[in-house]
Amino acid sequence: MTTDATTNGKKNNRLAAGVTPYAEMGYWQPDYEPKDTDILCAFRITPQPGVDSVEAAAAVAGESSTATWTVVWTDRLSAYEHYQARAYRVEPVAGNPEQYIAYIAYDIDLFEEGSIANLTSSIIGNVFGFKALKALRLEDMRIPVAYVKTFQGPPHGIVMEREYLNKFGRPILGATVKPKLGLSAKNYGRVVYEALRGGLDFTKDDENINSQPFMRWRDRFLFCMEAVSRAEASSGEIKGHYMNVTAADMESMYERADFAKQIGSSIIMMDLTVGFTAMQSMSKWARKNGVILHLHRAGHGTYTRQKTHGVSFRVLAKWCRLLGVDHIHAGTVVGKLEGDPNTTKGFYDILREDFIPANPAHGVYFDQNWASMAAVMPVASGGIHAGQMHQLLDLLGEDVVLQFGGGTIGHPDGIAQGAEANRIALEVMVQARNEGRDFVNEGPQILEDAAKHSKALANALGIWKDITFDYASTDSPDVVATPSY
Amino acid sequence: MRLTQGQFSFLPDLTEEQIKKQVQYALDHGWPISIEYTDDPHPRNSYWEMHGLPMFDVKDAVAIVGDIMKAIEAHPNSYVKVNAYDARLGRQTTAMSFIVGRPANEAGFRLDRTEWSDRQIKYGIHSYATEEPVGERYKK
Repeated sequence: MTTDATTNGKKNNRLAAGVTPYAEMGYWQPDYEPKDTDILCAFRITPQPGVDSVEAAAAVAGESSTATWTVVWTDRLSAYEHYQARAYRVEPVAGNPEQYIAYIAYDIDLFEEGSIANLTSSIIGNVFGFKALKALRLEDMRIPVAYVKTFQGPPHGIVMEREYLNKFGRPILGATVKPKLGLSAKNYGRVVYEALRGGLDFTKDDENINSQPFMRWRDRFLFCMEAVSRAEASSGEIKGHYMNVTAADMESMYERADFAKQIGSSIIMMDLTVGFTAMQSMSKWARKNGVILHLHRAGHGTYTRQKTHGVSFRVLAKWCRLLGVDHIHAGTVVGKLEGDPNTTKGFYDILREDFIPANPAHGVYFDQNWASMAAVMPVASGGIHAGQMHQLLDLLGEDVVLQFGGGTIGHPDGIAQGAEANRIALEVMVQARNEGRDFVNEGPQILEDAAKHSKALANALGIWKDITFDYASTDSPDVVATPSY
Repeated sequence: MRLTQGQFSFLPDLTEEQIKKQVQYALDHGWPISIEYTDDPHPRNSYWEMHGLPMFDVKDAVAIVGDIMKAIEAHPNSYVKVNAYDARLGRQTTAMSFIVGRPANEAGFRLDRTEWSDRQIKYGIHSYATEEPVGERYKK
């Protein structure tokens, strides 16, 4: 409970004109019992010096729901108590005297059904620039089942995607085409063909490949379909290339998506930068047209990475499961991009499981029940290679797309050999795990043994096995030991 | 060519002992085993023939491997795969799938192209084996 609460509940005349502390206007209710249908938020607040933590929490509740800076008589025309958000708990953060976690409950009536745009406009719309706070971070959000059920969710989900691809019992393998920029359409398709025929399941446009002067989208799509089809015929497996339909306006995005579907692509992608409404529209399109939808979380690091300010990726992951994507990049732990192991485990659980219990060690503040909403396939991408296969399988599990871009295309003998090395490493590690071997500790030996029968794998291990990206994480849970609550 | 559907097609063909360990892993998870075979391995062929019903009640890996070996013997000119099924709520789908038997000569596939308007091409994957009638495939 709060340590420095000086105010408790409402003042006598909540509606008298003038400026009244938020805490006294009903936005602080320490005895409030959240309803099953409430949306709950956990905010990390850093009040300005001299600002009481409870008043800061109440201000966040007020500014993200009904309040403005002064009392307005028009409140009296509404059942305002119903629409007020309520800060109901403020806890100090262990080891960080400046910070508090504020728990706030919002009645479900505050939000339009099935609209992430509306949900986010309320909850992160105004408060993050609030002067009385030095910093503010939305750590987690409990979406009640009643609100979950107003969303479509992933157009297909993990189970449907696996049945459609006919791929079971192992992670999916992918690669992002490199260099990201500058290849002509025909050269680009060559990379796709070599990677897929070598053994990958998917290749991917990068986030900033849209339709530039060096390669227009339609030309890229045509050459990539040739590559995908050739690789399907040479392997007898289903393959795909994520065609990035990100564009300046919805009309162009629909045009590109329709074309991808028409030429037979099983999957398209979009970037987070298009915005929540555009993403939700593409999700509806993907469900209607039977095309798998991949999301690249381009730009998220601007607001998810720093622990003091912004929105945690675990919240963004929940929004994306609701608005409906089939794939989302969610971290690698061992690769080149930010990813504390416990925090990343929390992200993966949120995307893949149906019920996720609160777990402070993973940074998960609330129980989350998805009520059978389809699961999202997490994608691990960025600085990973075949030599890490035992760690990747251990940390990320089986329902994941492992994307080796440089780790495929950078192979000294060629792209197909890079793909083959990754596929052999993956299959031999899944086999070893299933055989009950201690694959995490024996991993390097398992790979070395497999490399005796594969020059491609031997050469991949030769150049990359010692490459690691070992830096301290900026976004890690407050609690790392055994949770006490 | 080598058909690379399934979990372990990039590895050398699994031995009987290796198959048994995979079966044991499935049984340890409560996933019943089923065996399927086909002479039409088109990547979109979702329905291979069932070699009997899924073995919901058989918990003995040795007995199951015996059945798998019999299935391979009974269908020398077909692909044979082993599946494990996860019936848990929220899954209710295949958990494992790997090929254990292959025809001696894998005929592979041809890519057919039909040129369309505006540089579009309609692709079709043609299995050479299906040029022969059922029962005559993969005998060469």
